[in-house]
Amino acid sequence: MKIGIMVSEGPYNHQASDSAYLFARTAIEKGHSVPRVFFYHDGVNNSTKLTQPPQDDRNVVNRWSKLAEEHGVDLVVCIAAGMRRGITDDILAPGFRISGLGQLVEAGIQCDRLVTFGD
Amino acid sequence: MLNIVNKSATERNSLESALRMATKGSAVLLIEDAVYAATQGSVAAAKIQSAMADVQIYALGPDLDARGMTSRVLDGVKVVDYGGFVDLVTEHNCCQSWL
Amino acid sequence: MSDMMDDMDEGGEGVVKKFMFVNRKAPHGTIYALEGLEVVLVSAAFDQDVSLVFVDDGVYELIKGVNTKGIEVKDFSKTYRALEGYDVEKLYVEKSSMDARGLTEEDLIVDVTVLDSTEMANLMAEQDVVISY
Repeated sequence: MKIGIMVSEGPYNHQASDSAYLFARTAIEKGHSVPRVFFYHDGVNNSTKLTQPPQDDRNVVNRWSKLAEEHGVDLVVCIAAGMRRGITDDILAPGFRISGLGQLVEAGIQCDRLVTFGD
Repeated sequence: MLNIVNKSATERNSLESALRMATKGSAVLLIEDAVYAATQGSVAAAKIQSAMADVQIYALGPDLDARGMTSRVLDGVKVVDYGGFVDLVTEHNCCQSWL
Repeated sequence: MSDMMDDMDEGGEGVVKKFMFVNRKAPHGTIYALEGLEVVLVSAAFDQDVSLVFVDDGVYELIKGVNTKGIEVKDFSKTYRALEGYDVEKLYVEKSSMDARGLTEEDLIVDVTVLDSTEMANLMAEQDVVISY
């Protein structure tokens, strides 16, 4: 089954991005596909390579990048929400790309399920 | 419909709204801070227990564990892991997050 | 579009799904109402069967008599009136949410269909995709 995901909160402040990641990874492990994760609202802050968590903490951004690299998950950052919050192409971590809100609607149309993680 | 609730019932009204608009036979999955509602002695426990007549209540095990609440889960609440969460999403025709 | 989405394209064209946008947050205190509205406007271009519902504090998004000058933010409440021009015409409000806030249809900036909680629950159960804020 194709499962799309929307992440509506940034990393660390809320559990949303952690929950979304664990859900996505588990879905893939179980043989489903996660074609796209759409980052909206403060969720766009999951995409910046400038993130530097302490050594003993998980790296939320790198974890998403790794999922994209290993499983072809399309990590889409909303352009409007991203511009509001200073997220531009030159600070994107690997695997992320900036695009329009239409990508969220498209994921809703083309995936069998769309799961939202937010606050 | 799978209704997903992630906020503590003593902080937000999202659990109450999800239960009010959950149709008979649908499911409610508690994740993150919402899992506190499914524990003995919580103010939300009575709401969860009366809702169980019409809807199945699930709670995410890793979130219960992380909060030290696993031993306090109410009878009748099914504890699932992330694999169970994925299964619930695929088994229901649609899911809704009560943010 | 990236290569990764290619396998999602099969059979994608011409699909009409029931999309519901659930608004449960008041405006201005957080950005969810405004950015939620932006998704709705974009969704109109995809020829889907779109419904908007307003429950809990979401009903405050539709209130008349807004003046945002003093807080120096955009008054987007007028945009709800423009939705008709985008062929987004299915707006639903839960009655008990209005009652709990001392509001009636007369207080709202647009025409809505008022549903009781059971009717709202049934409407939600019919949807293919629910996006909530």
